[in-house]
Amino acid sequence: MVAGLMSLLLLPSRLSSQPDVLTFDEFEPYLHHQSDTLYVLNFWATWCTPCVKEIPALEKIREEYSNKNLRVILVSLDFPKQIESRLIPFLGQYSIHSEVIVLNDPDSNRWIEKVDPDWSGSIPATLIYHKDSREFYERSFTYDELKIVINSKINEL
Amino acid sequence: MKTISYILLFFLTVSSVAFADGYEVGDKATDFKLKNTDGSWVSLSDFKDAKGFVVVFTCNGCPYAQAYQERIMNIDKIYKPKGYPVIAINSNDVDIKPDDSLREMKKRSEEMGYTFPYLKDDKDNIFKKYGATKTPHVFVLQKSGKDLVVKYIGAIDNNYEDSSKVTEPYLADALDALIAGKDPKPNFTRAIGCTIKTKE
Repeated sequence: MVAGLMSLLLLPSRLSSQPDVLTFDEFEPYLHHQSDTLYVLNFWATWCTPCVKEIPALEKIREEYSNKNLRVILVSLDFPKQIESRLIPFLGQYSIHSEVIVLNDPDSNRWIEKVDPDWSGSIPATLIYHKDSREFYERSFTYDELKIVINSKINEL
Repeated sequence: MKTISYILLFFLTVSSVAFADGYEVGDKATDFKLKNTDGSWVSLSDFKDAKGFVVVFTCNGCPYAQAYQERIMNIDKIYKPKGYPVIAINSNDVDIKPDDSLREMKKRSEEMGYTFPYLKDDKDNIFKKYGATKTPHVFVLQKSGKDLVVKYIGAIDNNYEDSSKVTEPYLADALDALIAGKDPKPNFTRAIGCTIKTKE
């Protein structure tokens, strides 16, 4: 009875942490939001060591700029079969509150250049954009490096 | 402080652009001399009878590289007899990725039964000369006199997840084109992969 009640209580939060799994066509609008917001889209995966290393920096940026027009979106390229086993536990373990979506579209040659024409396809990679002003970084960031980039952009808003 | 920020910002932008250097299709590729898992040293010039090469930058741990292990073996099986052997290169820094040491590479090569050299790019930074950024990342070279000309750069096919759902076998198509005396179309494709790990 108690266990049943507990599972009922736990269920909604578990469901809400389940990230959306999108094909590229479903994901594409995320690359072209026109609102007066600085979007930081980070392409990553739990199996990518340098990606995992920079996730706390992104999370910290999101927190620090929560009163500004900044939106961090973590675009996971984890394989669908690893969402339950790896991605969701990772998000819990590192207390990630940033928005997370899973991009699952194996035909990546079709869509990589739509994210950025210069992207070779390695991760981590980060797209920072405000309307039509875009910058793409195929590299990893430390918190300090990211903050410099964000500051230079957020002042333009 | 602001000046320093701008200098750093400039550096960040420049370094991300500089990373995109390397070969384009049509460029001449460099040969190398790298250590194989059997302890021998391998150069492309050793392969007198080859018409060209399938140079694959790969590694042990990356899930994408793993997803393509058997497909790379198949490519070698089919195209080595036709003059295009696979040469696999692992450029990950062992200090960052201990799983990519020559010893671990030897283990993987033996477990899988690799029929091609699996070379350690230890200090030569061959991946930088080629412009390989991730694993797997393929460069098809064709001999032209004494030169090695880059004919195809990119992905192996268009579905890492399920080889039975591949509709565009880019690499095999590129090799078939070269064998038929044509230029590959497309000669450049992209795929998601794991960054080649090195110290800055």
